[in-house]
Amino acid sequence: MIRKPKIIVLRTAGTNCDGEMAFAFEKSGGEVDLVHVNQLLRGEVHLQDYHILAIPGGFTYGDDISSGRILANELNVKLGQQIGSFIADGKLMIGVCNGFQVMIKAGFLPGGLASASTPVSQTATLTFNDSGKFEDRWVHLKVEGKSVWTQGLDNNILYLPVAHAEGKFVTIDQDVLEWLKTNGQVAFRYCSSSGGEPHYPDNPNGSVENIAGITDKTGRILGLMPHPERHFLSLQHPSWTRQKHKGTFGDGARIFQNGVDYINNNLLSKTTVSV
Amino acid sequence: MIWRVEVKHKPGVFDPHGGSIRKDIVDSGLSGITRVDVVDVYHIDGALSQQEIGNVSRRLLADPVTQEYAIVQAEGFKEPPAASAIHLIEIAHHPGVMDPVEASTLKGIQDLGFKNVSAVRTAKKYCFHGNVSGRAIENIVGKILCNKLIQHVVKHPVVWKSPAPKADGPVNVVVVDLLKASEKQLKGISQQGQLFLNLNEMKTIQAHFRKMGRNPTDCELETLAQTWSEHCYHKTFRGTIRYRSNNNGKAQSRLIRNLLKSTIMKATNEINKPWCVSVFHDNAGIVKFDKDHHVCFKVETHNHPSALEPFGGANTGIGGVLRDILGTGLGAKPICCTDVFCFAPPDLPQSKLPAGTLHPKRIMKGVVSGVRDYGNKMGIPTINGAILFDEQFVGNPLVYCGSVGLIPNNQVNKRVSAGDLIVVAGGKTGRDGIHGATFSSGELTDESEVVSSGAVQIGDPIQEKKVLDVLLKARDKGLYSAITDCGAGGLSSAVGEMGKELGARVQLDKVPLKYAGLSYTEIWISESQERMVFSVPSKNREAFLKVFAAESVEAMVIGEFRKTGRLELFDGDTQVCDVDMDFLHDGIPQITKQAVWAKPKLTNPRVPVPRDLNEKLVDVLSHYNVCSKEWVIRQYDHEVQGASVIKPLVGVGCDGPSDASVIAPKLGSVQGLAISNGINFRYGMIDPHWMAASCIDEAIRQIVAVGGDIERIAILDNFCWGNPDKPDRLGSLVRAAEACYQIAVGYHVPFISGKDSLYNEYTQGRKSRAIPGTILISAMGIIDDVTKTVTMDFKQAGNLIYCIGKTSDELGGSIYWDSYGLLGSSVPRVDPKLGRKIYATMFKAAQKGLVLSAHDCSEGGIAVALAEMAFSGGLGVTVHLDRVALGNKSISREDTILFSESNTRLLVEVEPRHQRSFEKLFQGLPIAPIGRVEETPEFIVYGLKNQVCVNTYIEDLKEAWQKPLRW
Repeated sequence: MIRKPKIIVLRTAGTNCDGEMAFAFEKSGGEVDLVHVNQLLRGEVHLQDYHILAIPGGFTYGDDISSGRILANELNVKLGQQIGSFIADGKLMIGVCNGFQVMIKAGFLPGGLASASTPVSQTATLTFNDSGKFEDRWVHLKVEGKSVWTQGLDNNILYLPVAHAEGKFVTIDQDVLEWLKTNGQVAFRYCSSSGGEPHYPDNPNGSVENIAGITDKTGRILGLMPHPERHFLSLQHPSWTRQKHKGTFGDGARIFQNGVDYINNNLLSKTTVSV
Repeated sequence: MIWRVEVKHKPGVFDPHGGSIRKDIVDSGLSGITRVDVVDVYHIDGALSQQEIGNVSRRLLADPVTQEYAIVQAEGFKEPPAASAIHLIEIAHHPGVMDPVEASTLKGIQDLGFKNVSAVRTAKKYCFHGNVSGRAIENIVGKILCNKLIQHVVKHPVVWKSPAPKADGPVNVVVVDLLKASEKQLKGISQQGQLFLNLNEMKTIQAHFRKMGRNPTDCELETLAQTWSEHCYHKTFRGTIRYRSNNNGKAQSRLIRNLLKSTIMKATNEINKPWCVSVFHDNAGIVKFDKDHHVCFKVETHNHPSALEPFGGANTGIGGVLRDILGTGLGAKPICCTDVFCFAPPDLPQSKLPAGTLHPKRIMKGVVSGVRDYGNKMGIPTINGAILFDEQFVGNPLVYCGSVGLIPNNQVNKRVSAGDLIVVAGGKTGRDGIHGATFSSGELTDESEVVSSGAVQIGDPIQEKKVLDVLLKARDKGLYSAITDCGAGGLSSAVGEMGKELGARVQLDKVPLKYAGLSYTEIWISESQERMVFSVPSKNREAFLKVFAAESVEAMVIGEFRKTGRLELFDGDTQVCDVDMDFLHDGIPQITKQAVWAKPKLTNPRVPVPRDLNEKLVDVLSHYNVCSKEWVIRQYDHEVQGASVIKPLVGVGCDGPSDASVIAPKLGSVQGLAISNGINFRYGMIDPHWMAASCIDEAIRQIVAVGGDIERIAILDNFCWGNPDKPDRLGSLVRAAEACYQIAVGYHVPFISGKDSLYNEYTQGRKSRAIPGTILISAMGIIDDVTKTVTMDFKQAGNLIYCIGKTSDELGGSIYWDSYGLLGSSVPRVDPKLGRKIYATMFKAAQKGLVLSAHDCSEGGIAVALAEMAFSGGLGVTVHLDRVALGNKSISREDTILFSESNTRLLVEVEPRHQRSFEKLFQGLPIAPIGRVEETPEFIVYGLKNQVCVNTYIEDLKEAWQKPLRW
């Protein structure tokens, strides 16, 4: 029997990009369950039964107090141990937009930096856009680092949409920023359409050093503000009618495929051998 | 112990909230405030130590990177005196009014493991920097920061007390003395109770209760007022009208029984499209989509609430139309929104603002924020819309909110059975939104702000999102037999409507409340948001409640449907209402309203031939109604759900104005739909007939422009008019409705749903200003293959540009003449016989892949359409006006050809290799190759004598078009 990578797309009050996230993973060969956080808390669903934890975009709990804050604490306090062992097992996590805000505020990203013994704490944040407003627009991204999620994308410029009011990435101090760069934890930076230095609106929110997405030290946990699941299909491109040769898939598809492939190659193949 | 935690941004960190308030202050005409800082204040009531409250503040309330916090004991707290030139104002919700943030914060604190916290109260502290008077600050508070209905300015030290618990004891039933009331007293009862019932209706109610030999309770009278309100019953459209018209000396007089059935619905019946599933019956019109699904479409208005409280009004307008979709059939999933607004110009001088009204710029910003907040948080993409400006909308803006839903085709029929339980689910009930239905059935006055402030509702989009999520789960498990939304009239309308055929018994004390102290009548008519009413077979009771509880959505059984033919309400053991369902729904007295339409005496102006057409083109492109709305569009998430195929902004720089928007809602499928809107109140000022006709043509045309099939288009009407009790207002309404019938039948395009919002007048003292009667036609086209759709941006230099359709001398009501401050009389007409052929052929051409880009000619005519196609594609053009196909009469002026707004015209880009097949397809139809797409970014127009009459750069045109609303 062929086992498929099992993906949990986590929902709660105010999650709203779960459908397209589930679609992206399913089309990439994953088996997806949309799971409400209450189901995990009640023990009806177990995180350990899955390979990838995906936290989609939305306005969890209304983004009350600050974006993603309440779900971040809920995960940290109530499911922290489960998530800890999930990560220790070599599994994958991805957070997009509000999911990224949750992961940053829960301290899953950038993760224990200064020393491994320090308990996870928040060392960066995603704050209000410099424009002072919610904006939906498409951005160009340069890919960096060695994350499993960005395999094969090194020299590409990706074109993805952002849609947020609180997406400006800042670190608590300069050291954290230097650490991120030294460890290769910067995954995506905003750039101009030709790959050059971006200005607003190329960098849509004023993020420091144009950072749009980061990973943990292992590269297995990825968070980003732009929405790869909204450019999974080529027809989602804002000017697909101008393109002569369009395939089926858009720029974001490779990210989901990488996640599924990684599980197939590293976690499922081993299981199959042992069976 | 109550702790007070203040959270603010660290020095040097940008505070967008303070920044936008400062902008609003400047917009409201006040100067002197240099900076505004906003501090979030949390009052936390519970057994927490100093260390524990520190923990909560650090981990929950303040962001460690950007914010800092301060903790004090709340009891006895007094603000230390502020430094000079700083004013501190703190604003909090009234006790009992729930800010959603409070519930979230309480949850957050409990998640951290602190269970002994009983309540959280939020407030905002504003620090105004600048030398201004206390009076000016009061003004800011009143006009910008504080909604008196729900909020107040905090006076320290605060006396902390919990809201008084509801007194136990017998219910005090209020009986209204109607039996002995004189006519004058009847009028008084209606007026004092804000019932908006006319004398005839009051007398009918009096007679009914005389027969029963008793007086009505307040609750019974309220129930009748809600159900018989114009908002709920549509008395004007369903009533009898004596219509007199005088058109060019031809006088006629007719009796119209049921305007809706004799115009709009009649067209649909005659056209009889097999794909119409449910029309004018449910919350929204339903049409076939694909083999498994149908789609439904509804457009609502929320004009009066938006006039008083723009954010809340628009916010709950979106919430309301989304609940309409949720309540269609057994529940549809909203897949997009479309919103259309009419405001006074944003640069209107303060001196022109009538008393008691908000400045249009503030209204516009509030409305846009309200839409953004609700739509984005619900995760429903706002895919397009329109914004129009005119001084006539001062004091009474128009806010149309539309939504489309997707529904499995076996979930369309609802059926309430005797014995089914009545369940209310979602938000709790409070005092907000009392009298919304009756309030919208009267005119606005300069006192509305005070008298009707209770009609303003408060939205909580996350609550509605939670309801949406569980509702679809319960639907798919088949756990309920019927559903409806709690909208205008609250439970009274929802339960009254669902129990119409049977009867219902409701226990009002079971309804979950936001706070104690509501009377039974308030519970019954409250328009608190985010509530749905279900009919649940009693065997499914536990399963139903479990689905809702699993995702923390409150659901409560409040009664049952019974085959009694009566509406019976109880508060505890006390009966407070017992009304006959037939009287409630059919007892309303029929009256004959008078309608008169006389053609206004208008003539065409003599505008001198402009020396510089470049300049006129710039004027027209930067007209508020034509210019780019990108500032608004980007604030809406138009791509959530991943379905967008043609976005509201298209082209090489993603900033061109697309015609219809297209979505493919089932991810991975190419089956899609296109949504568009046609609206033009200016044509209606000349002739409402041609306004309605033009709006239908425009809505269809936009869908045709993106490659839609006219055979698969359904439309919605939405009439916003003045007081229909005034014969001239009603006369123009009749004329527009009759045009709807003629043009819809001519185009074979059925109406599937509609709405009317009347009484759009603003009365100040004795002077009444009506809005211009405005019809919005919204269209939805089903598209079998979205990969064949087309956008409006020019694609390739060297391609041919065709102008499809006839251009006539029709500048009446045009933007061009409006740019001179003129109206004229030669309003554009519609010939559906020719139009139908043109649109059918356009579809064939798009299907064959012959159309590279297409754009509809509407406001601003050929000139605007051409400019938009050019700068959206980043390419130049050369066109020749002498080649344009004309109507019956010749045209001698270039400006007329460029700016005339004749209907049924499109500009189309065709590759030279397809020239022959394209022209063959259109054989016998008026088309003309008028020019070419050019590599050089110049915009060049040759006039009637082959002279260059426009010669400019596309970047300059784009700048003119983008500048006005680039805020």
